[in-house]
Amino acid sequence: MSEQRKYDFKKQHYAGEEGRLIPLLQRAQETDGYITRERITEIHRDCGIPVAQIYGVATFYAQFRLHPVGKNLIKVCHGTACHVSGANAITEAIEKTLGICNGETTPDKLFTIETVSCLGCCSLAPVIMINNDTHGNLTEKEVKKVLKQHQRAAIGEVQ
Amino acid sequence: MKVLVGLGTCGIAAGAEKTYQALQAKAAAAGLPVEIDKTGCIGMCYREPLVEVRADDGSRVQYGNLTADKVERLLDEHVAQGKPIEDWMVWSDDGRGNERAYFTRQTRIVLRNCGKINPESIDDYLAIGGYQALNQVLQANEPEALIASIIDSGLRGRGGAGFPTGMKWRFTRLAAGDHKYIICNADEGDPGAFMDRSVLESDPHSVLEGMAIAGFAIGAGQGYIYVRAEYPKAIERLNIAIAQAEAKHLLGDGIWGTGFSFHVKLKEGAGAFVCGEETALMASIEGKRGMPRVRPPFPATKGLWECPTSINNVETFANIPWIITNGPKAYSSLGTANSKGTKVFAMAGKIKRGGLVEVPMGISIKEVVFDVCGGIKNDKKFKAVQMGGPSGGCIPAELQNTTIDYESITKTGAIMGSGGLVVMDETTCMVDVARFFLEFTQRESCGKCTFCRVGTKRMLEVLTRICEGKGKDGDIELLEQLATLVRSTSLCGLGQSAPNPVLTTIKYFRSEYEAHITNKKCPAHNCKPLLTYTILDSCIGCLMCAKVCPTKAITGELKKVHVLDQTKCTHCGECHKACRVDAIAVD
Ligand SMILES: Cc1cc2nc3c(=O)[nH]c(=O)nc-3n(C[C@H](O)[C@H](O)[C@H](O)COP(=O)(O)O)c2cc1C
Ligand code: FES
Repeated sequence: MSEQRKYDFKKQHYAGEEGRLIPLLQRAQETDGYITRERITEIHRDCGIPVAQIYGVATFYAQFRLHPVGKNLIKVCHGTACHVSGANAITEAIEKTLGICNGETTPDKLFTIETVSCLGCCSLAPVIMINNDTHGNLTEKEVKKVLKQHQRAAIGEVQ
Repeated sequence: MKVLVGLGTCGIAAGAEKTYQALQAKAAAAGLPVEIDKTGCIGMCYREPLVEVRADDGSRVQYGNLTADKVERLLDEHVAQGKPIEDWMVWSDDGRGNERAYFTRQTRIVLRNCGKINPESIDDYLAIGGYQALNQVLQANEPEALIASIIDSGLRGRGGAGFPTGMKWRFTRLAAGDHKYIICNADEGDPGAFMDRSVLESDPHSVLEGMAIAGFAIGAGQGYIYVRAEYPKAIERLNIAIAQAEAKHLLGDGIWGTGFSFHVKLKEGAGAFVCGEETALMASIEGKRGMPRVRPPFPATKGLWECPTSINNVETFANIPWIITNGPKAYSSLGTANSKGTKVFAMAGKIKRGGLVEVPMGISIKEVVFDVCGGIKNDKKFKAVQMGGPSGGCIPAELQNTTIDYESITKTGAIMGSGGLVVMDETTCMVDVARFFLEFTQRESCGKCTFCRVGTKRMLEVLTRICEGKGKDGDIELLEQLATLVRSTSLCGLGQSAPNPVLTTIKYFRSEYEAHITNKKCPAHNCKPLLTYTILDSCIGCLMCAKVCPTKAITGELKKVHVLDQTKCTHCGECHKACRVDAIAVD
């Protein structure tokens, strides 16, 4: 992650900025992977925004997670184009390969499956995004191949 | 000579990054006198990765499906020997290429620079006259006349509702207040739409220039771009573009040496569809939960931080510099009486040529689907197009001669929307499509209005039970009644238009609903609980289906026709997928 996107309250452009809560939460999530209890307390201490309000905002937006996710976040698109092009079958194939359901994380903490509404690559439907890489024109076979590649890469890193 | 690689998100997903790297490495290794450069989205998403070879005299040839393994031959034949490869060519400016039909019916105003310039280089933009429109309006120094010319052009907002842009600017200009704001709505929440993403990734400076011109027109010194977080590439390129423009004093203080200042800040959305609605979007910029509020007061009088604010869509802004440069007449000469200019559509779904197209208003749906985009994938039967996302509706194939303009589309029950056009064929179940959209709006409803929060949930429950084969007599009428209530008692467009996908599918595909409810059948063979599988006599007895059946519903011996026990069948369809001789029928 670039230095610029790390959580750092003291950075000038947040200090006096109105409407800074959302950018702060975004940087917090990028730094920690999810919104931790400690960060919420920290934001409250630094900006004086009530904890209840911070929770209110964090739970309103789909982007914010209050629980940790796996090392690789798989976003499966269930937008219109992907839906009519068989996104359900892709989700099932991923669930089967990883042995978890949509929304869950594998026990080894390597993968989390998440549903998103549209990744903006609709002409390549069905589409998934693993971390920041988009994969399009998927078939059940293709998606299994992509997952296997990631699994191997992850195991390689551990060893 | 120059070789450009289309590096939009679509291109990258198809492997354009690898093509780009291979081109750089191989050209350098061969010592070829060629410049390898990036560009944005060329528009033919269905043929990504796309590469353009541009000769020194400016002539252009584009290649499709140019994966990294094809780079060597391209460099060798076209670049080194000067012999273009006809087989791979999709388009060339001298009328060759096997996909040129895709471009012949298009008129590119919004997409004028997409796929032509490097979006990360302000010099490229300046070289084709970029920021000159801004210079022109600043030198003329007549904001009223500027607004009048935007009104004359007939430009209407491209974010969905189609409000005349010049009028919006005039109201904001006339509103009392020292501080005023410009907001660019780049939330693009409609699933199935990607026009704004492509424009931001391919030509960010046009949008920034349009915003600065709007700022000058209404007297605002600050602009915000609200981009959805799912578009990391667009965010990256916008940040680069803003920094470059500031460094050259084309944004910031003292633009083009005048006293005009205009600063632009980027705000990332946080994944809430309702934040595309203007008042919710402003609440979100203010750091609050993104919930819409009652209008009036309209943003033009009381917007961001209670100040007069003009909020426009990405595509609207991208039109502005062109209108200034070419004059309002050139723009209003395109289109119909009440819908001027062009519209960009993101073509997706069961279409042969999916991608980004820009066509003049007044063209018919049929022309876009068949003439521009080549018709339906695998030559299946055209069933409907979905326009306007969750707020829009399905227009059936019978109405394919409908012309594309705000009024004609609204008449069908759909809306023009922001430009997502999802094509559906005979295998798409329209009840399932309605259920899909309701699931979306129900999830995305912010919860403020009771009917939007609870009413959509009740509608979703009815649709779900119909898709599961548990539909009852009177369900259609119940849906219609709920739809009317949700529409008339919701505060914002989300709830007011949430019933549209349901109402249009009932209107045009009522028999499909009835088949689900009365006959417990899904004519499109899509709703799994309603499907019956039967083993035909053509079964060769290979045991494949029996092996994959999770409930052991299929029994049989090798080389004998197998038997399926319907009481054990869970309708999962695995046997149908596994059969190699098509001996399992679905109904
Ligand atoms: C639920 C909802 C979602 C919307 N989403 C968007 C969007 O993603 N992008 C957009 O430009 N306008 C969206 N709009 C329309 C905006 O409220 C607003 O009308 C538009 O940004 C004005 O810009 P324009 O005049 O250039 O069209 C949405 C409206 C509603 C009710
Ligand atoms: S619908 Fe899946 S990327 Fe848009």
